[in-house]
Amino acid sequence: MTVTIRIPTQLRTLTGGAGEVEVEGSTVGEALKALDAAHAGVAERLFDADGGIRRFVNVFLADEDVRFLQGIDTPVTAGQTLSIVPAVAGG
Amino acid sequence: MDFVTGLRCRECSRTYPAEALHVCDFCFGPLEVAYDYEAIARVISPETIAAGPQTIWRYAPLLPVADAAPIDLGTGCTPLVRADRLAAELGLGELWIKNDTANPTGSFKDRVVSVALTKARQLGFKVAACASTGNLANSVAAHAARAGMTSVVFIPHDLETAKIVTTAVYGGHLVAVEGTYDDVNRLCAELTSEHPSWAFVNVNVRTYYAEGSKTLAFEVAEQLGWQAPDHVVVPIASGSQLTKIRKGFAELHTVGLLKEEPHVRVSGAQAAGCSPVATAFAEGTDAIRPVKPNTVAKSLAIGNPADGWYALQAIRESGGSCESVTDEEIIAGIKLLARTEGIFAETAGGVTIATLAKLAAQGVVRSDERVVAYVTGHGLKTVEALAPTSGPTATIAPTLEAFAAAVDITTELGSPR
Repeated sequence: MTVTIRIPTQLRTLTGGAGEVEVEGSTVGEALKALDAAHAGVAERLFDADGGIRRFVNVFLADEDVRFLQGIDTPVTAGQTLSIVPAVAGG
Repeated sequence: MDFVTGLRCRECSRTYPAEALHVCDFCFGPLEVAYDYEAIARVISPETIAAGPQTIWRYAPLLPVADAAPIDLGTGCTPLVRADRLAAELGLGELWIKNDTANPTGSFKDRVVSVALTKARQLGFKVAACASTGNLANSVAAHAARAGMTSVVFIPHDLETAKIVTTAVYGGHLVAVEGTYDDVNRLCAELTSEHPSWAFVNVNVRTYYAEGSKTLAFEVAEQLGWQAPDHVVVPIASGSQLTKIRKGFAELHTVGLLKEEPHVRVSGAQAAGCSPVATAFAEGTDAIRPVKPNTVAKSLAIGNPADGWYALQAIRESGGSCESVTDEEIIAGIKLLARTEGIFAETAGGVTIATLAKLAAQGVVRSDERVVAYVTGHGLKTVEALAPTSGPTATIAPTLEAFAAAVDITTELGSPR
């Protein structure tokens, strides 16, 4: 499946300034790993030592927090958009 | 001049210049303002503060921006009132209410916005934006108007009427988003990447914004004669206010304004319909599980609190507690505070008072403690919550007979007068 990943400012130095990147994957985790394969260094920013999404990173699939879905195992379908968003905002 | 040495990641300690940055580029951890406390200690004293303005800017050396003419509506120096009648009802001893409803737009948000937009202007921003549950919307729109900045304010579409009107009146852009606050917040976090020339007060200038809440601690200590309370009860939305109040008391000791190291127990208050921090506290876990809010306390309805984890740490380290209260208890809390102390709080204040009552009943907040409860927003903002159960006690014809038949106050008076 081809999905679009929206990239926050903090990671755009790794994506050559791109705000959106298209990748292949059938789950959230696979899509994020594909992003790292295309733009080395992304994974160490997003994942902690245990392989989970860092505490201060939110990932949204079609605007829903994947923590409300099945986390990185959440299936993605072609044409969906994943957003990587810093968690520290609001209040 | 300010006393800021830079920004530092709370998680991995990487340092950054004092610009419009709010998260660490490496680990996404929150950035915090770092100060030269030794230099502050040399210039600050009870006397210099007393000689300052009757606003939060009297504490300027401990704020992250210096400006001879800050963007200010006259925020701060709100009443700290002794609450003996409420204390008696709750079985407490020395109880104080920090009445932050008395700020220019009716909530504590004026503190953080005055700081954030003053810094934003210094950094060259011309547009003030935010994601808000209402109180922040009011304050950003008002401060932007005063500063001549363009404002773009984002709110959930189902806010209380008063909070919509009291934002719209200032004439900026007010965008109602079909979703929850967490949806609004996610949208604004994404917009920050697309509009880096806009100052989203609680996103890209949040590092400075959050520092404004320290003045809630500074004022209480000054109003108590440069002493810290034993226990504070603070509402939790994002958790930022609670963590910054604790930091504020600690800083006063660091710079010599509190002679003894403060040991302030910090307790958190949440609505049962949105209690991710209280739930984590009760379960003894570190992970804050996001929730979908459903509560009358809309100003606290943040299901995925940015500083929830730090609030939890502050509560545990300080020996405090965290509780949640139902919508019915919230309304009862608003009425209890109004009936005993003559202070009308919004629903978030009802959460604080109801939680205070619960913690007092549990013996967590004790009668031998000096207690301060923070009431941070005005009741006129959320009258809808009260309207179904608040109205005239009698409706009568304009005659003496009708009045005599309808109203009898003799039982309320202890003895005939």
